[in-house]
Amino acid sequence: MSIWEYANPKKFLRSTERVLPPLWLGSAVLITGGLIWGFFFTPDDYRQGATVKIIYLHVPSALMAINAWFMMLVASLIWVIRRHHVSALAARAAAPVGLVMTLIALLTGAIWGQPMWGTWWAWDPRLTSFLVLFLFYLGYIALWQAIDDPDTAADLTSILCLVGSVFAVLSRYAVNFWNQGLHQGASLSLDKEENVADVFAYPLYVCMAGFILLFIVLVLYRTGTEIRARRMSALLARERMSE
Amino acid sequence: MMPDLGKYGDTVLSAYGVSLLLLLVLLVLTLRRGAKVRAALRDVEHRVGRNG
Repeated sequence: MSIWEYANPKKFLRSTERVLPPLWLGSAVLITGGLIWGFFFTPDDYRQGATVKIIYLHVPSALMAINAWFMMLVASLIWVIRRHHVSALAARAAAPVGLVMTLIALLTGAIWGQPMWGTWWAWDPRLTSFLVLFLFYLGYIALWQAIDDPDTAADLTSILCLVGSVFAVLSRYAVNFWNQGLHQGASLSLDKEENVADVFAYPLYVCMAGFILLFIVLVLYRTGTEIRARRMSALLARERMSE
Repeated sequence: MMPDLGKYGDTVLSAYGVSLLLLLVLLVLTLRRGAKVRAALRDVEHRVGRNG
């Protein structure tokens, strides 16, 4: 069995119908469990107080904001190279999810930053690259909406996605590239000295797993919707031509 | 049951409120459009099938 079999819309829809219910359940359980664990059963941080509880939303959403764009990049490259329509539709389906994740990361960051840094916003490398990524998401969605021919739209959005990947990389590594600004380095690290304490890290891992699963579920579901919408357009066009 | 959030109560609760609201909106819009497209496609398929 090859992964390219799923480029067949019918096969894709049949397979996702089967896996979606357990995936919905898994993401709901992980997100609810992780947030309850983090919010109710973890202590305050000795420096940041109760604001540390924002980490359970901020870090997973930021993780997905960046990785959603990389998933779109891979799907766009598959479209450009192999012309599989399902991959172009998957990239389109992922964009609004990535947009919301970026917005959550920006808003929770601002809310967290206010008491910790004394400001809602600073033109810090990571914050700025995240804002640019947010604008790229908006532009990507707008470009899909603006072009009638779906293949042309898929081609142009793929190019935009390629360009935007620079900012996705910058969002991830801005702190390392420019060792300045207000934003701290990565919260999670293999270096035990730098990593957040286990008491905060474990519920954070659960929330991250939940967000990853939620992203997968939403993209699969939304791709199915895009496939059906495309089929409907084709049928309506055929009906108009036969009249 | 509610943990003592001290002076950061508003900060933490607003971060949770905004995030959960955005996730809920995304979820509702996704499911609503999915159901709408599915129903519309069923109608079109039915019509096209009937008209040959």
